[in-house]
Amino acid sequence: MSDNYGSIMKEGLWDQNVVFSQLLAMCPTMAVTTSGTNGLGMGLATTAVLVVSNILVSMIRHTVSSQVRIPVFVVLIATLVTVVDMAMNAWLHDLYKVLGLFIALIVVNCAILGRAEAFAVKNGVAASAVDGLAMGLGFTGALTFIGLIREFLGSGTLFAQASNLLGPSFAFLEMKLPGYGGALLMILPPGGFAILGFLLAGKRVMEKRMADKAAANAGDAAPAAA
Amino acid sequence: MNFESFREKMGYQPILLGAFALLASGALAWASNATGAAIAAAEAKDLRDSLSEVLPQGMADNDFLKDTIELDNKGKTMTIYRARQGGVVKAALFKVAERGYAADIQVLMAVDTDGKTLGVRVLKHAETPGLGDKIEVKKDKWITDFDGKSLGDPAPEKWGVKKDSGVFDQFAGATITPRAVVKAVKGGLEFFAAHKSEITG
Repeated sequence: MSDNYGSIMKEGLWDQNVVFSQLLAMCPTMAVTTSGTNGLGMGLATTAVLVVSNILVSMIRHTVSSQVRIPVFVVLIATLVTVVDMAMNAWLHDLYKVLGLFIALIVVNCAILGRAEAFAVKNGVAASAVDGLAMGLGFTGALTFIGLIREFLGSGTLFAQASNLLGPSFAFLEMKLPGYGGALLMILPPGGFAILGFLLAGKRVMEKRMADKAAANAGDAAPAAA
Repeated sequence: MNFESFREKMGYQPILLGAFALLASGALAWASNATGAAIAAAEAKDLRDSLSEVLPQGMADNDFLKDTIELDNKGKTMTIYRARQGGVVKAALFKVAERGYAADIQVLMAVDTDGKTLGVRVLKHAETPGLGDKIEVKKDKWITDFDGKSLGDPAPEKWGVKKDSGVFDQFAGATITPRAVVKAVKGGLEFFAAHKSEITG
C-alpha cells in the first residue's frame, strides 16, 4: 500500500476490486444485482458510507488499540449508516424512497469493515478517503455490470426505472429488448452466482493473458538475458 | 509513560469502548432529534400524496386528513379517513397490512359506500427488488387491477392470484407477494363491510 493515489485508484477499481478480487460483500452483491439500476443505487450509497467511514477510522487510528479495534469500528460504521439513513429520510426524502431499501443493507457489508481493517487503520486521512472512493467506485462498477447482465438476460431490459433513481433526464438509459420475456433464472439467486462465476473466470483469464504478454515483452526487450 | 504503551494496557480498553459507545449514542440521539421533525413532515406529506392518489379527483370537498375515526380491527387500532361531499361520507380511506415475503406489506385503499374499491396503493414493503416490488405502481400497473373490485365481484373464491385459481395475476418468481396484497385488500373490504354504519355515521 502506498500514498500514490493513482495506484490506490487502480487497486480499488481493478486489482483489488471488492467483488471480483476480494470476493467481499457477496450478500448485497447477490441481493441487489437483479437490475442495473439497483446495482448502481446500492453502489453509490455504499461508496458514500465507505469514504466517510474510511476517513473517520483513519482519524482515530492512533487512539484505538488493536485489541478492541473491531468493536469500535463496528459501532462507528453502524452509527454512521444509521445517521445517513435518518438524514436522507429527513432531507432527501425522494431519494430515500428509492435508495432507502439499500441503506440498511450497508451495515452488513463486510467490505466497509474490511477497508477499515486493511487500509484506513494504517494510512493517512487523505489516502484513506481516496481508497474509500476507489473501492466504492469499483464496487459500484461491479454491481452495475453484474446487474446489467442479469437484467438483460433475465428481463430483456437495461437500466429499467433508472429515471426513478437518477431523475427524469436519465430516462434515455432505459432500454427494452422487444419480444423477449427473459429467463427468470437470471433474476433469481442461481443466476447471480452463475454470472459472478463467469465474470470471475473471465477476469482471471484476462489477467493471465496480460501477465503472459508483459512477460513476452520483457523477453523481447532483453534477449541477451534469456 | 507514553501513550503508545498506555494504549495497550488492560484498563484502557473498556474506557475506549465505553467512550465510543457513549459518543455513538450521543450522535444517534442528536441525529434523531435533528431529523425527527423533518421525517415526520415528509411522512405526513407522503400520506397526503398517497391518500389523494387512491381517491379519484373530486370525490372529497373536505380535508379528509382531519376527518378521521378510529376503529378496532382484530385488536389493532385502525385510523379511517373519511372523504365527504356536502357533509355526506362518500368514501373511506384506510391502511391494511399483511405479511409479505420479507416483512409486512402496508397497503392503503379507498372504498366507496357501495363497498367498491376506488384505488389501492402499496405504502411500504420490503419485498425483493426486481421480483416482488412490482406491487409498486411506479414499477408495474398490477395494483390498479383492484380498481372497481368489490367483495361480490369477483366472487369470494376468486379473490386470489391465478395460481390459487383466482383472478389476479401473480409475478414470475414471486407469488407470496401478490398473494399477500390480495389478502390484504380482501381483508380491508371485509372490514369496511362489517363497520360500514360506524364509518358513514
